[in-house]
Amino acid sequence: MTSELDIFVGNTTLIDEDVYRLWLDGYSVSDAVALRVRSGILEQTGATAAVLQSDTMDHYRTFHMLERLLHAPPKLLHQLIFQIPPSRQALLIERYYAFDEAFVREVLGKKLSKGTKKDLDDISTKTGITLKSCRRQFDNFKRVFKVVEEMRGSLVDNIQQHFLLSDRLARDYAAIVFFANNRFETGKKKLQYLSFGDFAFCAELMIQNWTLGAVDSQVDDMDMDLDKEFLQDLKELKVLVADKDLLDLHKSLVCTALRGKLGVFSEMEANFKNLSRGLVNVAAKLTHNKDVRDLFVDLVEKVSCSVGCPLTPSWPVPGLYQCWMLPWTHSSWNPAAPTTGH
Amino acid sequence: MPGKLKVKIVAGRHLPVMDRASDLTDAFVEVKFGNTTFKTDVYLKSLNPQWNSEWFKFEVDDEDLQDEPLQITVLDHDTYSANDAIGKVYIDIDPLLYSEAATVISGWFPIYDTIHGIRGEINVVVKVDLFNDLNRFRQSSCGVKFFCTTSIPKCYRAVIIHGFVEELVVNEDPEYQWIDRIRTPRASNEARQRLISLMSGELQRKIGLKVLEMRGNAVVGYLQCFDLEGESGLVVRAIGTACTLDKLSSPAAFLPACNSPSKEMKESPLVHPPSHGCRSTHNSPIHTATGSRLTQNFSVSVPTLIYTGMGSGSAGKEGGPFKALLRQQTQSALEQRGGSPHRFCRRREFPFFTLTAFPPGFLVHVGGVVSARSVKLLDRIHNPAFVGIMGNTRSYKLLDWNSFNSDEPETRDAWWAEIRQEIKSHAKALGCHAVVGYSESTSICEEVCILSASGTAAVLNPRFLQDGTVEGCLEQRLEENLPAGCGFCHIPYDELNMPFPAHLTYCNNCRKQKVPDVLFTTIDLPVDATVIGKGCLIQARLCRLKKKAQAEANATAISNLLPFMEYEVHTQLMNKLKLKAMNALFGLRIQITVGENMLMGLASATGVYLAALPTPGGIQIAGKTPNDGSYEQHISHMQKKINDTIAKNKELYEINPPEISEEIIGSPIPEPRQRSRLLRSQSESSDEVTELDLSHGKKDAFVLEIDDTDAMEDVHSLLTDVPPPSGFYSCNTEIMPGINNWTSEIQMFTSVRVIRLSSLNLTNQALNKNFNDLCENLLKSLYFKLRSMIPCCLCHVNFTVSLPEDELIQVTVTAVAITFDKNQALQTTKTHAEKLLQRASTDNEELLQFPLELCSDSLPSHPFPPAKEHLESASSNSGIPAAQRATSVDYSSFADRCSSWIELIKLKAQTIRRGSIKTTVTVEKASPMGEGNFRNRSAPPCANSTVGVVKMTPLSFIPGAKITKYLGIINMFFIRETTSLREEGGVSGFLHAFIAEVFAMVRAHVAALGGNAVVSYIMKQCVFMENPNKNQAQCLINVSGDAVVFVRESELEVVSTPQPAASCQPSCTGGEVTT
Repeated sequence: MTSELDIFVGNTTLIDEDVYRLWLDGYSVSDAVALRVRSGILEQTGATAAVLQSDTMDHYRTFHMLERLLHAPPKLLHQLIFQIPPSRQALLIERYYAFDEAFVREVLGKKLSKGTKKDLDDISTKTGITLKSCRRQFDNFKRVFKVVEEMRGSLVDNIQQHFLLSDRLARDYAAIVFFANNRFETGKKKLQYLSFGDFAFCAELMIQNWTLGAVDSQVDDMDMDLDKEFLQDLKELKVLVADKDLLDLHKSLVCTALRGKLGVFSEMEANFKNLSRGLVNVAAKLTHNKDVRDLFVDLVEKVSCSVGCPLTPSWPVPGLYQCWMLPWTHSSWNPAAPTTGH
Repeated sequence: MPGKLKVKIVAGRHLPVMDRASDLTDAFVEVKFGNTTFKTDVYLKSLNPQWNSEWFKFEVDDEDLQDEPLQITVLDHDTYSANDAIGKVYIDIDPLLYSEAATVISGWFPIYDTIHGIRGEINVVVKVDLFNDLNRFRQSSCGVKFFCTTSIPKCYRAVIIHGFVEELVVNEDPEYQWIDRIRTPRASNEARQRLISLMSGELQRKIGLKVLEMRGNAVVGYLQCFDLEGESGLVVRAIGTACTLDKLSSPAAFLPACNSPSKEMKESPLVHPPSHGCRSTHNSPIHTATGSRLTQNFSVSVPTLIYTGMGSGSAGKEGGPFKALLRQQTQSALEQRGGSPHRFCRRREFPFFTLTAFPPGFLVHVGGVVSARSVKLLDRIHNPAFVGIMGNTRSYKLLDWNSFNSDEPETRDAWWAEIRQEIKSHAKALGCHAVVGYSESTSICEEVCILSASGTAAVLNPRFLQDGTVEGCLEQRLEENLPAGCGFCHIPYDELNMPFPAHLTYCNNCRKQKVPDVLFTTIDLPVDATVIGKGCLIQARLCRLKKKAQAEANATAISNLLPFMEYEVHTQLMNKLKLKAMNALFGLRIQITVGENMLMGLASATGVYLAALPTPGGIQIAGKTPNDGSYEQHISHMQKKINDTIAKNKELYEINPPEISEEIIGSPIPEPRQRSRLLRSQSESSDEVTELDLSHGKKDAFVLEIDDTDAMEDVHSLLTDVPPPSGFYSCNTEIMPGINNWTSEIQMFTSVRVIRLSSLNLTNQALNKNFNDLCENLLKSLYFKLRSMIPCCLCHVNFTVSLPEDELIQVTVTAVAITFDKNQALQTTKTHAEKLLQRASTDNEELLQFPLELCSDSLPSHPFPPAKEHLESASSNSGIPAAQRATSVDYSSFADRCSSWIELIKLKAQTIRRGSIKTTVTVEKASPMGEGNFRNRSAPPCANSTVGVVKMTPLSFIPGAKITKYLGIINMFFIRETTSLREEGGVSGFLHAFIAEVFAMVRAHVAALGGNAVVSYIMKQCVFMENPNKNQAQCLINVSGDAVVFVRESELEVVSTPQPAASCQPSCTGGEVTT
């Protein structure tokens, strides 16, 4: 007796969160069944392995059919084939677009091209994430990138509107898209200690302050491309290091702004000059694409080395960045650059 | 020209890419009705075209309006080659033809293609202007309402129940008539879909005509089926019950009454046990008997079988005169109608009712299950035999191999007529004049066809069968004499002339009338029946191998096998019933399926313990070889196991019948607890003494003789049925006996399994085991899948077996899982009174139809056995808890008036919710579908989907909600075919997608009618054929149901109490789950 056909269709589509996770993680049906057996579900429910197998198959089939819709989440809302309560729809979308920290660190800043896709098996081996899951995550990045590139308006809003993601996930995707677009190098060994969260934080600030969108909200690609003029203007910052008076003024302004807000305030105060020099040097070079890509490498190499202490999680790039940028964003005083608005 | 049909094509969305080059589509739409076609403009290069067409107007006969579906075809315009079809939508405009139903059909419909499935959606608005010309009602029957629901629909009351209507139409099957069988699959599938749509429209119109002739205005329990006879054609047939219905809710009349009077009405039925035998049970004829006796009882009339034997209908002892009078009246009522000088009077000679639940007082007694089967040979079209006699004569031969021209519907008519005739005579033999819970079915394999009909013989109250004039003294006396909760169990036949040997005892409830010891019925459990404990699904499963044969030889072989199968199915049912310690079966449905080399039998029913019937005896095993010691030991071991199982089941289903029956105050007959066996022959006289000897002790054990390995197998198989996991109950009736506190979460589902048997040395045993495992595993899977709903009950579990190929067995299950409140279930031991109260709260319309009777009469005493819970309930009657009283206030009456108010509140609630969450997508609310919108209240980004929730359920009600409007019948037929089976995920992927699509199309049609649920949903056919070698598969699905609008009871309360909605909100949000 062999089962030829075995299906279950509910008027409300049944979604089993655990099976969904297994599916997203790229397990085959038999692996998923084995994992479920190990979770002790048979003992809890008194079911047999055959029942579990059939149940898993059913769910996998459903997910497979849903996947097409998940590629364009608004379709999931309007489609008529699967009746799914809104909370479940949100869960399906959110989980589908969720990604693994380990994976995103591997591809962050890389071109989302076929070439990168070919490297996915290596990433899979390295991270222990199944190839299937890697592909899904990669395709998600690429899909979001394709949809929002050359689109007007805020990057986060666009992502949220076209993929119905939660605010937090949409921000993460904005960072991924931003990094991919600008091809920031993040894979160097020196940068390994930085988490995706660290980069995402930087990305958010850069989108807010460094992009075209920061000046004009009606341009295509406004949140993705850096403002060339702004980068050009950064050259002028050299005066901050060269002129002693300006250096002191800058220091006092930064210190006033950051006092009590920074865990490493005293180190910052002590090393202000070196710090500032390092930052200004990096900033001055940003007119070249190559240097833009190496921004984070340079920041870590030059700035943290010049300070003499490696950037640690308690002294991370974002903190650095923040303290350096603060005078321009938070004080009315502006020595050289006409970029006050940023 | 009595009608103008107006259609507007608004827009499309999610269309497929038809032009690979541009990744876009140039879509336009053809709108066709009858022979008229209109076209929209081509909307260039878009997957979301906005046609916004003018109104296309069709001026048509109302006859066409009824028959024809509206056909909408979406095409891709191609300048150089033929336009490519994207897909079609068929819209049945019937719901627009009666005044109370929908006024407009408007919404998004899935665009369906028989090869590709759903390909995008189209927004359509349809209206009909009817010019009412009464004289035109010759050929059309506009205005007759159709309901699939097998009880009086919730917002109507039955003025008269006229009786049986049936019709069938025959046509050639386009699949087979295609020239030289060279067909493009799409063309022939579409031809078939369209033809069946047309035929069912025609059928409905013809049935409507008959109803009008009977002066009815509705058909309830409408069941339409297709027989795909292959080369000999396509039969569409339907049966139903003609009624005159009155709409209940006229807001003005009821609004003021809603406080005090309605409450009174509600309470009064509790203390008013008289007449509400709402549903009947059947009497199973085979009673506590030994194995040898079983065969005696069983009447093997080939090819039909009647469970209950023969008996004459003379008056019984006590209720005798009444019964006789009643019977007379019923008969005269029926005959009067039958003999009326109408054109269709012949058809009304059958006093059949497709209803399974009845208005209070309708059902008086129940005789037992009657069934008839007949094996027929389908004939090739060219066979001209017997055309000569086709005129008006009918053949009543049981088995008729003679071929008829299948083009003539009369052939099929005659076949069914003879079966119905037989059912009628069986019912008569049981002393009954009517058959309720009646249904018909077929099973076809190649050219052999088994026609089956079954129902429950019953005695009905004539009041409903005629124009209200009869209500008089008879009825009054009748009601006085029929205690509630047991009246329907009392035997309708004469105990001196019993149709079959059976144990009769005095009713445990009223002590006045005789009841059988076991009762089998095809109907639902009457609401007022007193049940102890909970019910459970009981199935008998059976396979029989059969030699492959041709034509007559084949038919003979089948008809020879049939009686044995029926007998075994019955034995299995009886054994399992005993094992569950229960004494009655409701909703019995026996399905016999014929295949190339085997016959399958599957019987499903819901077992219950009726308080009125005696306690069932156990099962006793007797060995044949008493000398063998080890064998003895084995037997005693088995016996112990069986006894344990019975004890366990008693506990599981909470069956604790009250032990003490003598203490009943005013019990007329003190019952000696003797263990005596009743073996009554027909000659035996029945004086008082013998009657006193009747008892219901445990002695009447059911003896199973184990004389060979087969019997051993049977016993084993009895014990292999695993009870559902804790927290799960299942039944195949509408409501689960013993559970009444449903919460509002429901999940309807369809599950299909096909297994391939290993063809080597198949034996009956191996086959049985395979089949048994298949069903058991399927159930286990369901329990597992629905585990998150615990505690819940699978209701209306409907198994269908088919044998698509030699070694394939296909089982299709449709059911609904409903959650219930466990805590409440524990404290309320279901008493009759409480149940009535509960019922009163949900559908007191039924009760409201007799406000006078209910209110004016004094309260007769409860004729219940004074078990503790009954006493409690009696005492609680006076002081019904406030909560319960609150729920029992009737809001339906003014629902209409308030509906706009409800809308307003809903809208407000929605805006509030929307305001509180961040939404980025702006979606305009599509007006007809917005209905369900307010329910979507979670998840930020998705909160404003335009897709309204449509619930589907095979039940006639929605727990926790009130049906406010019936919008019309949904009857849809789809074909799906693929030539890339592997690519679509194999057979499972293919069928899974197709069933999901069918659900989607049903929901879309309901939503377009303005409804938010389908009740009495049924998947009547799911024919699946595959050819894996060719990478092909095809599936045909036929579904039907009633589109309705429902309002949550909690939402109704919001309206009734001017209190802030906040207090009620939690209760309505809590169970908000889509199905």
